[in-house]
Amino acid sequence: MSANMQQDWKHWRLRREDTGLAWLDLDKADASTNVLSSEVMSEFARVLDALDAAPPKALVIASAKPAGFIAGADIEEFSRLDSVLAARMLVERGWLLFKRLAEVRYPTLALIRGHCMGGGLELALACRHRIVVDEPGTKLALPEVMLGIVPGWGGMLRLPALIGPAAALDLMLTGKSVDAKKAKRLGLADDCVPARVMESAARIVALGGKPAGKLPAKERATRWAMNGPLRKRVADKARAQAACKVSRANYPAPFAIVDIWEKYAGNALDVPASDPSSLDAIFSSPTARNLVRVFHLQERLKAFGKDSDFAPRHVHVVGAGVMGGDIAAVCALRGMTVTLQDQSVERIAPAIARAAKLFERRHKGDAKQVRFTLDRLIPDPKGEGAARADLIIEAIFENLDVKRSLFAELEARARPDAVLATNTSSLRLEDIATALKDPSRLVGIHFFNPVPMLPLVEVVQGEATDAEVLRRATGFVRRIDKLPLPVQSAPGFLVNAVLGPYMLEALRCVEEGIAPETVDAALVEFGMPMGPVELVDTVGLDIAVAAGKVLAGEGAEPPARLLKLVAEGKLGRKSGEGYYRWVEGKALKGAGKEAAPEGLLARLLSQLPGRRSPDARPPPPIPPGLAERVLAPLLAATQRCVAQGVVADADLADAGVIFGTGFAPHTGGPLHHAGSLVRHT
Amino acid sequence: MNASARHSEGKRSRPAGKKEASPAPKPIYIVDGGRTPFLKAKNAPGPFTASDLATAAGSALLMRQPFAPDQLDEVILGCASPSADEVNIGRVVALRLGCGNQVPGWTVMRNCASGMQAIDSAIANLQCGRSQLVLAGGVDALSHAPLLFSEKMVRWLAGWYAARSTGDRLAMLKTFRLGHLAPVIGIMKGLTDPIVGQLMGQTAENLAWKFGITREDMDAFAVESHRRVCAGQDAGHYADEIVPLIDRDGQVYAADDGVRRDSSMANLAKLKPFFDRKYGRVTPGNSSQITDGAAWLVLASEEAVARHGLKPLGRIVDSQWAALAPDQMGLGPVHASMPILQRHGLAPNDLDAWELNEAFAAQVIACLRAFEDHDYCRTHFGVDAPGAPEASRLNVDGGAVALGHPVGASGARIVLHLLEVLRRKGGGRGLATICIGGGQGGAMLVETV
Repeated sequence: MSANMQQDWKHWRLRREDTGLAWLDLDKADASTNVLSSEVMSEFARVLDALDAAPPKALVIASAKPAGFIAGADIEEFSRLDSVLAARMLVERGWLLFKRLAEVRYPTLALIRGHCMGGGLELALACRHRIVVDEPGTKLALPEVMLGIVPGWGGMLRLPALIGPAAALDLMLTGKSVDAKKAKRLGLADDCVPARVMESAARIVALGGKPAGKLPAKERATRWAMNGPLRKRVADKARAQAACKVSRANYPAPFAIVDIWEKYAGNALDVPASDPSSLDAIFSSPTARNLVRVFHLQERLKAFGKDSDFAPRHVHVVGAGVMGGDIAAVCALRGMTVTLQDQSVERIAPAIARAAKLFERRHKGDAKQVRFTLDRLIPDPKGEGAARADLIIEAIFENLDVKRSLFAELEARARPDAVLATNTSSLRLEDIATALKDPSRLVGIHFFNPVPMLPLVEVVQGEATDAEVLRRATGFVRRIDKLPLPVQSAPGFLVNAVLGPYMLEALRCVEEGIAPETVDAALVEFGMPMGPVELVDTVGLDIAVAAGKVLAGEGAEPPARLLKLVAEGKLGRKSGEGYYRWVEGKALKGAGKEAAPEGLLARLLSQLPGRRSPDARPPPPIPPGLAERVLAPLLAATQRCVAQGVVADADLADAGVIFGTGFAPHTGGPLHHAGSLVRHT
Repeated sequence: MNASARHSEGKRSRPAGKKEASPAPKPIYIVDGGRTPFLKAKNAPGPFTASDLATAAGSALLMRQPFAPDQLDEVILGCASPSADEVNIGRVVALRLGCGNQVPGWTVMRNCASGMQAIDSAIANLQCGRSQLVLAGGVDALSHAPLLFSEKMVRWLAGWYAARSTGDRLAMLKTFRLGHLAPVIGIMKGLTDPIVGQLMGQTAENLAWKFGITREDMDAFAVESHRRVCAGQDAGHYADEIVPLIDRDGQVYAADDGVRRDSSMANLAKLKPFFDRKYGRVTPGNSSQITDGAAWLVLASEEAVARHGLKPLGRIVDSQWAALAPDQMGLGPVHASMPILQRHGLAPNDLDAWELNEAFAAQVIACLRAFEDHDYCRTHFGVDAPGAPEASRLNVDGGAVALGHPVGASGARIVLHLLEVLRRKGGGRGLATICIGGGQGGAMLVETV
């Protein structure tokens, strides 16, 4: 192996084997993760120059980072783009560079281990071969759409050509990732191999000189047709599917992707500026800016907890209801040993059954992993795990006296260094904490339903909560890969405090005679993941009444119809009827045809941007200003939370409301939205 | 065989009674224990595999200890029929329990006493100082016992795979017979003695014949076993040792489910002899049931007890293995118990409680008769009959005829439950003993602390 002569490269390392094979490692300087910054990209051009001067027999591109292959473009650079022209130049440089890579005469291979996102995947697609390493961390995606932009460095050209337009559009329009096995199955990767043979596989495939694996004749014919005569029909279908989920006005990018594939051979640079799919249109719309803002808000939430190395091995959860059971399941999924306590094993059993289904979904048929995860979730009717746990989370029903006596007992049994946390949403942390000998030990860790889907967790600081306990609770939330939002103890914290008045206003509209369908349609049109009336039904009408009392105090009278429905036992989804009738977990709307998919809110949040029911019918006529009217109390409540210091600043309030409620991400959050309205008028 | 030969055979079966087999030099503590409910096999694989059972019982047991699972020195699991994909089930379960990569796990097999063998192996390692803290127990999921291809089918398949040409294959096809497909039931193989070729139930018939035990004697014993288990369940005598299980569909298994509250002489009389069909006396009703289950004990040295601040339930004072003719295997408990009684100068009723595993009602009754049989005791042990333990001291909460006999688990279960019985009596000494297919017996003398 001869030494690398180009010693002036900062980010790339080239090694040439005696076989003639060259290994090119990306190792971005002063970073733990590889991103394709402009410096990395221009240096890559110089690497290609050097390879042109002395072409290798074959080239393998890999990452020197343990974290993964390439995380994508440099979002910091992208965020600083100040003009459409600058954005266009950024797209053009990547497009041309990867075109050049695709056209080199020697065989090229991307050896992909760990994340391979966005521009990273576009680089890999420009190689002749791809080998993926079969590890849980290997994820391939083109998530540009989540930032309101398009994969402009060749993704729209090469992915449909490689795996067929149907699968490619699906990946590009949703931004979802595929694991190593799926990448192989889709034809995205030539092979999926264990790490122990990855270098050998890369060498054999790169030097083998064979074209990528040949598809079955039927599949080849289908692809040819979809890329050829059926192109328009495929595009129309993709557009229709996208339109079911988002509106073009709010989210131009997915529609642009379809157009650019269909009409411009995947080259965004060819789209005339006047076209709504042009880079000019995409980069000048507020959506891309706002979605980048949402990305940064998410990064900010992720950064909380970085100052704690608290990594609980054993979590004890008291209360095996839907909330407690799901908290326990999520912890077990993240490798923690969990003891789940309730009054009897019969009360714990439904939580285990639900967890088993969750584990089967998450582990995608890996029966061994499902079994190991279930092994870590231990039913504990006697609560014996409390004595050993690093963290104890209480998630029982909302009764102050019961919680106080539970915590007094837990404090006596728990290790002195264990974190004691309550998931209460309506009781004052301080009232619970005084049951402890040391009230500073209690912190709030407030989850949202359904726990496996919703990313936000409020970490609640009570008056007495010790700073280190707070840090640990925040660290724990990151360990289970949720987004921690530090909030002060106040009624409803942030999320429920803003949702309450919003739902109340929606119910008042219904009280005034506006159909629930109309109210919901107005807010879905605005970009909310689920209408507020449907949300009330989902949360439960009894819960809404109880929460309303806590939030609104004595002043506000609950809507008469709400009280009447509760009195009739119509509690919403869980009882089969509330404002809507519910069949198989779906609300029957209007003539009984329209229905929202189950877990809509949840699915939305796991996958920005927002979506709408795919089978939604044309919405009924919406009175002008209806959405604004229902949103006004939410905006006011968010402002109030900032003013009262429930959250530290307006950005965190926006982050909390977006990730806690699914508030229309393309707006950049309620306060940002309100501010932009002010700026416009 | 002449008289002197017989005499010397009698002597040779006695060596375990030698006084020089000294009691335990170091105390062996039983810190805690737990088991799954014993789930009766219902002609289909049960809801849990063997390692599922051992993991569920073990994790609940370990969760209440003041030490972490990775502080164990080893995990020893007895299992008579581990499935083909987890032959060293002890290591599989140690890892599933979260003991970590560094805690060794191994599997022992002594048929029906595999669980007791696991405890004895733990004792050996604790005695010599290799281990201080051991999780030992037993498991079997007999409902998961495999169906096997017949020998003929296996040979035919070997020929088929070796056939290269179409002609060869056609020739092979011609030799195929439907009868090749008749499966061999794995559990019947397991319950047949490979030396004398008798089913375990037939060895029980041998004892019934030898001691003149009637069908009525056996059925009455079975009815009483069910009655005692029901009374024990109602009084909560099983509550502390059982770890309830939850399957993936959320169904709860909280109690031993083979016991019959409607057991009666009339009901049992309806059953036909199973092992010696038509003419025998042993029926499924007066035999132990085919069952899935797991049982564990945490065993500790004095040093480990002090280091972790453990509060032991009791001590294992002595243990003994014995062997006898395979077709007499049911008398194993007598042969294993006598040396312990002799070493400690005890008569059967000096002990506060006995757990004598109920493989077959006939076999337990035969043991009691042997303890009272001067000829038998003189021949085999060179002493007069010491008398049988009273009914009020023996299996006071019933036994395997009503609870079931998940082969590998039973030896650990009876040691664990003996401690519960002794605790209720305010403390004392007891003997747990078990017969072993193949012609062996095992016994352990325990006392409360």
